[in-house]
Amino acid sequence: MENRHLYELENESIYILREVAAQFKKPVLLFSGGKDSIVMARLAQKAFYPSKIPFSFMHIDTGHNFPETIEFRDKLMKELGVDLIVRYVQDSINENKVQEETGKYASRNALQTVTLLDAIEEFSFDVCLGGARRDEEKSRAKERIFSVRDDFGQWDYKKQRPEPFQELNGKIQFGENVRAFPISNWTEEDIWTYILQEGLELPSVYFAHKRKLVKRDGALIAHSDYLNIVDTDEIVEGLVRFRTVGDMTCTAAFLSEADTVKKVLHENMASKHSERGARIDDKRSESALEDRKKGGYF
Amino acid sequence: MELVRISTAGSVDDGKSTLIGRLLFDNNALTKEQEELIDQKTREKGADDLELSVITDGLVAEREQGITIDVAHIYFSTDTHKFIIADSPGHVEYTRNMVTGASTAETSIILIDSRKGLLEQSFRHFYISHLLRMEKVIFCVNKMDLVDYDEDRFIEIAVQIKEMVSKIGDDIDFDIVPISSLKGDNVVHKSGQMSWYGGKTLNELLHLNKSKINLNKAKYEQSFRFDVQQVYHTHREGFQDFRGFAGRVKSGTLSVGDKIITLPSKKESTVKEIRRFTDQLNTANAGDSVIISLTDEIDISRGSLIAKLNEQPEELKEFDATLVWMDDNSARVGSKLILKAGATESLLKIQKINYSVDTSNLEKDENASTIELNDIVSTNLKLSKPVYLDNYEDNKRNGVFILIDPQTNSTVAVGFKS
Ligand SMILES: Nc1nc2c(ncn2[C@@H]2O[C@H](COP(=O)(O)OP(=O)(O)O)[C@@H](O)[C@H]2O)c(=O)[nH]1
Repeated sequence: MENRHLYELENESIYILREVAAQFKKPVLLFSGGKDSIVMARLAQKAFYPSKIPFSFMHIDTGHNFPETIEFRDKLMKELGVDLIVRYVQDSINENKVQEETGKYASRNALQTVTLLDAIEEFSFDVCLGGARRDEEKSRAKERIFSVRDDFGQWDYKKQRPEPFQELNGKIQFGENVRAFPISNWTEEDIWTYILQEGLELPSVYFAHKRKLVKRDGALIAHSDYLNIVDTDEIVEGLVRFRTVGDMTCTAAFLSEADTVKKVLHENMASKHSERGARIDDKRSESALEDRKKGGYF
Repeated sequence: MELVRISTAGSVDDGKSTLIGRLLFDNNALTKEQEELIDQKTREKGADDLELSVITDGLVAEREQGITIDVAHIYFSTDTHKFIIADSPGHVEYTRNMVTGASTAETSIILIDSRKGLLEQSFRHFYISHLLRMEKVIFCVNKMDLVDYDEDRFIEIAVQIKEMVSKIGDDIDFDIVPISSLKGDNVVHKSGQMSWYGGKTLNELLHLNKSKINLNKAKYEQSFRFDVQQVYHTHREGFQDFRGFAGRVKSGTLSVGDKIITLPSKKESTVKEIRRFTDQLNTANAGDSVIISLTDEIDISRGSLIAKLNEQPEELKEFDATLVWMDDNSARVGSKLILKAGATESLLKIQKINYSVDTSNLEKDENASTIELNDIVSTNLKLSKPVYLDNYEDNKRNGVFILIDPQTNSTVAVGFKS
């Protein structure tokens, strides 16, 4: 088998998904519409077939998503037959729970945390399935498969449970909840290879397309109404694709002609640019991600 | 591509971070950003040699303390293999992390500073590798450049290693490689400085990985063990009255038509179907996540074990096990805990502490009365309800369990049935 390693990773992820469904009362899968959550959806489908996926999906919508992603999301949910819960950062802003950032680098990424924690409380979710991978960022390299959070969504690395032999302990006290990461051991390359192998569809922004862009600090950002454009910004047009599809205001585009999964895979391997480089937000400080995680976002 | 899981251990400053950096660098497995980072740090330090250790830097807190304090996972691949390195620190107080890191790996790399030779830590690392029955242990004698690539010094250390191995247990496959992580000798490229060494480079040993082949064979030849994670019941189209048992094959193989027995209910039946998503399989092998359905309607729930008829494990209500203690709270005779092995759970009492082991000199203390963080102890355990474990030596996957403190919900120990 050529993709023997993917088969092993898939076995592992299915095992984790089933443990989540068995050990918790009310799981939810956090679905962003990005490639990692699309792979997660596929794995969930495989794990529970011929039964239905036994939990809902939830999207924390920043309101600044690529419209292509939202369209794709709704189509996929219909195909899978799962319930999708959407909670909006805009609502948290309207309720004065969070303040919209201002200025050139304003982004809603950090604001998601509050909306997420509120939704967890609203629905009494005891576990959230996330598509984080350990290869993405240094601080994530440490994350457990089951990561326990306190009442306030806080993560304390000293309190994380050891997971020898992948024995997963999901016992929690009232008010605590868990973030579970079934694709911890997958790399970006594994994700793309799997998408190719399984013939999965992706939102069109992952592939080369013509687009109006803003050139800022040497990076290309999608032009949109959400971006605070300043004098030094240059508006250009180009053939680009995105490697992650987060908030439109802080996801950098790559000049590319790769319009199929195969071509993207080859291009990624050839360029070997770490994927995180495409999220401008994380460059704010070396520890940005870790700070955010301590606050409950993942 | 073959998936290879490695665990690394070494005392602080033995050069573990540099070795991992070197392995990735010479395998051309670093991203541009990582290479830039190395470049930048090398310039900052004004060093002659590359600052390769920055690749494995982790949490902010760690960076401040200047030591690694948890298990970090590093991923890289070559043309033929995908590697996952679980890097655990070598501090005395972190036996816990080392066991965790090594538990999912087949191969363990133990680093030794050529100037210092074997240290207490080396004994501990090898003791744990042996306790976990790693498929292969590779001793890397590092910093050979600092002893002038001296063959005699290497032989001296190799002799020490062999003595240690025969003392702790020589039923384990091991290699000894002289390297310099800093200069790159015998890590990926063969050393020009040590022509006296005719063996393989570290990279070659990792790629050979014959251990993996043995491991798989051993896994397949073992008795079949399957933990039921969940029962699927559905009436959807094409699946009228479908009842399937979802789980992961712990060991052995199972084929359609095989006679099985379920535990603890002790009901016999025959395998009707094995499914993996929409595929119907003839056989399921160790590691596979599948769904099994049987020809008879029998009572099975989460925590049931399926074994082949006449190959079932013994029913245990009391047994001896080696525990590695992982929690700040200590335990003693009489402590009540929850045993969890896959989907099986049972209340348990520590009935007796047989002895605790000092891994640095292998001495046994038969008067130990408490079990503290990072202790390795032989115990006798009593259960409220029977479990079906094998001896760890015979079956790694079905011989291991964790203990959970019902008060704190923490995972406090990992146990190996003896
Ligand atoms: N001369 C020499 N120095 C080395 C070698 N490997 C590591 N070092 C140095 O030893 C020190 C500790 O290395 P590091 O990789 O940070 O050790 P760790 O604490 O085990 O991760 C650093 O100053 C390295 O440059 C080697 O092979 N030769």
